[in-house]
Amino acid sequence: MDIHMFSALLHTMVTAGTPIVYAALGELITERVGILNLGVEGVMLIGSVAGFAAASQFSNHWIGLGAAIIAGAITGFFYAVLCVGFKVDQVVAGIALTTFGIGFSAFVGKPWLGLPLAVPFEDIRLPILADIPIIGEPFFDQDALVYISYILVPILWYFIYKTRPGLHLRSVGENPRAADTLGINVTRMRYGYTMIGCAIAAIGGAYLTMAFVPTWFEEITVGRGWIAVSLVIFSGWNPLIVIAGAYLFGGLDAATLYIQAAGTNIPSHFLAMGPYILTILVLVLAARKRKGGLGPAALAIPYDSEGQ
Amino acid sequence: MNQTSDEKSQLLIDMRDIVKHFPGVMANDGANLTLRRGEVHAVLGENGAGKSTLMNILSGLYRPDSGEIYVGGERKEFGSARDALLAGIGMVHQHFCLVDIFSAAENITLGMTEPRLHLNMEDIEDDITELGRKFNLGIDPHAKIWQLSVGEQQRVEILKLLFRDAQVLILDEPTSVLTPQESDELSETLRRMADSGRGIIYISHRLAEVCAIADRVTIIRGGRDIATLELNEIDEERVANLMLGSDVSPLSHVDRTKTPGDTILEIKNLDVTNDRGLPAIRKANITVKAGQIVGLAGVAGNGQKELADVISGIREADAGEIRIADKDITGKGIREIINEGVSLIPEDRTNTGLVSVLKVKDNAILRSYWYERFSRGFLIKGEEVEQHTERLVKDFNVVTPDINEEVWKLSGGNQQKLLLAREMTSDPTVIVASHPTSGLDVQAAMDVHNMLLEQRDKGAAILVISEDLEELLTLSDQVIVIYDGYVTQPIPGDKADRSDLGLLMMGSGVKELVS
Amino acid sequence: MKIKIEKRLDVPFILTILLPLIAVLIAFALSGILIKTAGADPIAAYKTMWSGAFGSTYSFSETVVASIPLILAGLGVGIAAHAKLWNIGGEGQIMMGAFAASGLALFYPDLPRPVLLGGMMILGFLAGGLWAVIASLPRIYLGINEIITTMMFNFIAGFWVSYIVQGPWRDPILVAFPFTAQFDKAAWLPRYFGTRIHLGLGMALVAAVVITILIYKSKWGYELRVIGGSLKAANYSGINVKKSLLLAMLLSGGMAGLAGMAEVSGILHRLQEGIAAGAGFSAFILVALAGGNPFGIIVTGLLLGALLTGGTSAQTMGVPPQIADILQGLILFFALASSFFTRYRVWIDRSKDKSAIVDSGD
Repeated sequence: MDIHMFSALLHTMVTAGTPIVYAALGELITERVGILNLGVEGVMLIGSVAGFAAASQFSNHWIGLGAAIIAGAITGFFYAVLCVGFKVDQVVAGIALTTFGIGFSAFVGKPWLGLPLAVPFEDIRLPILADIPIIGEPFFDQDALVYISYILVPILWYFIYKTRPGLHLRSVGENPRAADTLGINVTRMRYGYTMIGCAIAAIGGAYLTMAFVPTWFEEITVGRGWIAVSLVIFSGWNPLIVIAGAYLFGGLDAATLYIQAAGTNIPSHFLAMGPYILTILVLVLAARKRKGGLGPAALAIPYDSEGQ
Repeated sequence: MNQTSDEKSQLLIDMRDIVKHFPGVMANDGANLTLRRGEVHAVLGENGAGKSTLMNILSGLYRPDSGEIYVGGERKEFGSARDALLAGIGMVHQHFCLVDIFSAAENITLGMTEPRLHLNMEDIEDDITELGRKFNLGIDPHAKIWQLSVGEQQRVEILKLLFRDAQVLILDEPTSVLTPQESDELSETLRRMADSGRGIIYISHRLAEVCAIADRVTIIRGGRDIATLELNEIDEERVANLMLGSDVSPLSHVDRTKTPGDTILEIKNLDVTNDRGLPAIRKANITVKAGQIVGLAGVAGNGQKELADVISGIREADAGEIRIADKDITGKGIREIINEGVSLIPEDRTNTGLVSVLKVKDNAILRSYWYERFSRGFLIKGEEVEQHTERLVKDFNVVTPDINEEVWKLSGGNQQKLLLAREMTSDPTVIVASHPTSGLDVQAAMDVHNMLLEQRDKGAAILVISEDLEELLTLSDQVIVIYDGYVTQPIPGDKADRSDLGLLMMGSGVKELVS
Repeated sequence: MKIKIEKRLDVPFILTILLPLIAVLIAFALSGILIKTAGADPIAAYKTMWSGAFGSTYSFSETVVASIPLILAGLGVGIAAHAKLWNIGGEGQIMMGAFAASGLALFYPDLPRPVLLGGMMILGFLAGGLWAVIASLPRIYLGINEIITTMMFNFIAGFWVSYIVQGPWRDPILVAFPFTAQFDKAAWLPRYFGTRIHLGLGMALVAAVVITILIYKSKWGYELRVIGGSLKAANYSGINVKKSLLLAMLLSGGMAGLAGMAEVSGILHRLQEGIAAGAGFSAFILVALAGGNPFGIIVTGLLLGALLTGGTSAQTMGVPPQIADILQGLILFFALASSFFTRYRVWIDRSKDKSAIVDSGD
């Protein structure tokens, strides 16, 4: 494999990994506040179709992005109503969201099925940075959404670990009772961060239809939402590891394409299984009894401020 | 007691005529409490006497039905714990309210409004170290909570309050989780805090400590304060009498003339470690004979849970031996021990002893469904089970609409009766009953007692673990006391004196009586 | 003024009927809005859906046909649910069951019919069951969330079937299509009443009876229910929790595997891509709605089957068939929300005097 090919591989690694970055970051925030969202797949799809539809309708991909974010936030709101307001079982609620998202996106996306987006996010080559040998083009000849993800990761990391709002966010997910007695409004935090988390995940979905592919077809996420959920666990709820892990999966996708192109005998189907098997392995490794290895202590447990 | 307005404003806290009731129970019935600036004020009382309720009202967790609270002369009403904190009153509960994976500093600064955005943990940690030095509350502010010992965690809780400039600190049974050295250090800390002008309220059972550290002592009984003693009026025996009531218990209608049979349950030199890694049982020796009830008296948290767990096979002992009818069962599996005729009535009635979401008839066979009587092959003999349950419910007077009712709908008393009925129907050789009447009303408690006595008369060896001295004295042929993992020699039931036992339960004189 | 909530002790019976009904109505109302935006008239669309599901004997038979895999897989999910295990792996288990059954059908078509069909059932059951067991090992031994692992196995199974069907087992005649050759007639489950209703229905009904006995009358079923009720109590009773859970997953996946076998043997008569088509998810939703009781699963399964057939016929009105998925999701959403009202009593407290309030049990 020559340098050119390797660069191309890295480039695909980034683009294939970016939707997972967004989805995982969104899920990370939601879980940090104590809410388990297994409907990420559905949220991504809603983001995908909202972004594509709006972008096509208004011939502007930024409007598309805005629509995806809003759609994600609204979805997050309703999900929070179920989980925080009605204190339902979050596992079942997540599956309901996934099913709804799959159906809703297919339904709404029908008029645009298979059509390419006329105004996708184009690659923007960053001068000087893109000239760096080998890694220049893969990382710095990408579209705006990729660049935004580069910035989002350290910002989130800083927010979560180094600021007061971040401390409060984490406390709600770890011990909502302690947070409550110290004056933190658990309900407001949970609603807010669920909406933010879903909005970010929706961007991941929009990336697929507005940059990566860029077209709309049903279930375009093919399980990336689920991979994002496991990635959050594996990363120890840490944004920095999330992006590394997302690129790992993206790299696997890219490697699959390369191996196929190189014409080996391994059927593509087995290569395609890779990410999913990797997900399980990653979870098994993460299960080592690391303190906090199971996530925010109050994850998926509804908070009853009246009870014990 | 009339006070001049000067005196009134001198008082940090003045609680007057506090009344609080919960469904079915009058927790505080006109209770009063005052706290002076610079004093350590101990609050003593038995469980259920109402002291915790009173303190929870002061710290804002509960709202009183009537009565007034004055803070520094000003009338206050607290809608929540946060309101109380803002007024300068904070409480350290027995179960800490800390985020395990955060550092001490993060826990202490949690919920505060400054610094608003960026957290400079180093500065915060320095402030905390400074504060800690001032009050002899040394901890590493950078350490995570789960890495700290219980004593250190408690210091974090106290620092949390001091950091918010709390003037009144309430500590609920603070030394129950500390080693003797840590207790001494805590006393030092409390003294310093009081000397700085703050007021400390200290809820406890531990007589010796209280008498050593308190400036004043208030005894709560029956929901109200019955006496407040100044420093020079405090002495152990007087306090114990006030707490327990001065009447020596009238002993019961229990037939004490029967001689017990052979030794059935024998525990030798038992050592058990609890979940925290601390010793829960230290070289305990206990003997229970057939047809005998031995009462184990002690304040909750002194090793009783671990003892019950080990006897029934749920937990493993570190050292020592347990024998049933001279057969060594140490370390054996739960089913095997059940088959040897050992019955456990666990402390946690609804979630361990019973499966609340299942029906009465399902629960009736929880520890016997594999017997030939109830199963054939891989099926359960439904009719047999129903008949058995009907009989159980009738014989033991369990009130339930029918045997198909889900257990969580039954009253606490009937749940307990069901549990006991199940365990006793098999005519067990050994019964370990852990807090068998906790939370039950008088009638239900009496029913439970009668059931136990009946089993005793049938020749069972019974160990009753309880905090309720009244109960133990009524039932037991012999009483032993557990304190901090040490178990005393048996004291014959008719010779047992309430105040003596009370003293032992609070640690006074235990070491001398260890068997 | 404050909204107060309090846990209920007793659930008024009328609520258990009324609330799900309201949930369904709201779901249909909202979907109606969506249908309107798709350019169709909601009432007309719903009428078409109704007749598509129940309108004629044939429609009704199609509804039954659609519900068979749902009921079979749903019974499976229900078994695991009693122990509080969530089996989302239905899709993959259905596929593996279909795969194993197809193997026998394609390579041993000369076996006597009862043996062939019986063998396909057994293989289908075992394949689905083992698939579920392996996926749940991380949960049972390491405490890892079984939802993610079973979900991953869905995708892996999907790729496996694609591979098999596009590769080694592809139809030698219609090479370009992602399916196997058609099974020999011997491997076809018999059909009845001149409709497409096949023996799978009988399998489902028999299974429901067997499972009812298993869960409510056997020792193992009892143990499972205790585990689901309280893990502490299960330990106190000396139950071997790991063993019970493994068996639960085996049976749960096995039922889904049977569903897969029933689909290929009763309807499709070949193994092809996209076999499960969401049945695994629907089965899960089914159990979330109906609970673990087999009878409830059968009834709800029929209703969901009606939803699916109705959805297909709605296409004639220009309504995309995904309306069925949307309805499923919304019904579940509102059913969950409404369950809140059966668990808690809600009322508005108008009293203003704080200190005089008697707290209802702290």
